[in-house]
Amino acid sequence: MPEAFDKVAIQLKVNGKPHSASVEPRLLLVELLREEFNLTGTHVGCDTTYCGACTVLMNGAIVKSCTIFAVQADGAEILTVEGLEKDGALHPIQKAFGESYGLQCGYCTPGLMLSTYQLLNENREPGEMEMRKAIAGNTCRCTGYQNIFKAVRLAAQNMRGA
Amino acid sequence: MYPRPFHYHRAASLTEAATMLRQLGDDAKLLAGGQSLIPLMKLRLANPSHLIDLNFAPGAAYVKADGGSLRFGALTRHSEIEKSAVAAHIPILLDCAAGIADVQIRNRGTIGGSLAEADPSGDWAVVLLTQTTEINCLSPRGERTVPLGEFISDAFTTVLERDELVREIVVKAPEKGSGGAYLAFKRSAPVYPTASAAVHLVVEGDLCKDAAIVLGCVGLVPVKARAAEEALRGSKVDDKAVNSAIEAVRAVVDPQSDMRGSAEYKRSLAGGLVKRAIAVAARRARGERVEVSHIYA
Repeated sequence: MPEAFDKVAIQLKVNGKPHSASVEPRLLLVELLREEFNLTGTHVGCDTTYCGACTVLMNGAIVKSCTIFAVQADGAEILTVEGLEKDGALHPIQKAFGESYGLQCGYCTPGLMLSTYQLLNENREPGEMEMRKAIAGNTCRCTGYQNIFKAVRLAAQNMRGA
Repeated sequence: MYPRPFHYHRAASLTEAATMLRQLGDDAKLLAGGQSLIPLMKLRLANPSHLIDLNFAPGAAYVKADGGSLRFGALTRHSEIEKSAVAAHIPILLDCAAGIADVQIRNRGTIGGSLAEADPSGDWAVVLLTQTTEINCLSPRGERTVPLGEFISDAFTTVLERDELVREIVVKAPEKGSGGAYLAFKRSAPVYPTASAAVHLVVEGDLCKDAAIVLGCVGLVPVKARAAEEALRGSKVDDKAVNSAIEAVRAVVDPQSDMRGSAEYKRSLAGGLVKRAIAVAARRARGERVEVSHIYA
């Protein structure tokens, strides 16, 4: 078996900026983002489709970027945690996580914020069960989630006002 | 973790994918949602030399009402079914679509992929076996339609030929006066259920005219609990009938002990899930709106 198989040329937008790359088909999206584009805010936690630390938005829908090949993101628009901030100002979701102490070590936080982003894009007034279901794919081993829910509530409130 | 290197092929249509399967031979695999296949490849438990990506084939993802049936394109994501106003007319489909794993996985995973993988812990086959469901399969020789009951032949095994793929899933709309429910018990969102139960009841007045009961995660294939169905058929849905159905469920399931629980525990759990699912199905059959969700530990 050859060491490396035919590379594939792909084009995609990451945080609004066009990128092109030549990728080995087995390259995972998370590795493209971290190693090629130097966007290290997207984390590798479990690497087994469980923990959600690698969550990014692909065409508006959250995905686990450890469980999708970079080549599948050809033509796609990706949003990572680095794309949340605008002109030096934090996104309301980022502010809410800070103000609510919705993190301790911070490893899961980028993924949680992007899951919150999809939730609040679809529904500015989520109920408790909707919030729980929305972040059920993101594992936090520090906080016990209570302050994370506070952050989601606060972000929802602030974005409704915005 | 990296899979072994492979050749990547992008199919422009499902027909082209079937042709590629034939040309590339046994070492080729189809990539649909990839939420099972990619983890298996990363663990090097699956090592295909060729991957045929279906995700760029236009028109392969849809939910359509067509006469008395619902048609699902093979590439329809669980989240699309979860949000589909058309699919919402059959509440048991929503129970399933909205309960599979977590949002991220539902955004990628597909109904066709779930059925073709035939994982004994999968959700869709269990639910759809309580309905009248047909699988439309496509190969370079043409199309054929297989009833879901004949589609899964063993754990991770279907009757699909090696150059054949799932094109469409057709679910007959259930008759008036019927209702279904699907409940799965999971330790956390992203994992497979410990056990799951799908129940469909046709109710007339006080009597249960017909019943379908299928269990997941408690055998090599979804388990159809015929004796439990018989216990309800023609009877009132009262404690006595429900208890005999539960006894019959516990007798027919054949779970394995694993990290999700002992065989004895799963046997007990299957009965409990059926009891709850019967209660919800009976209320829905009477026209009540009841929301249920996968149960987390």
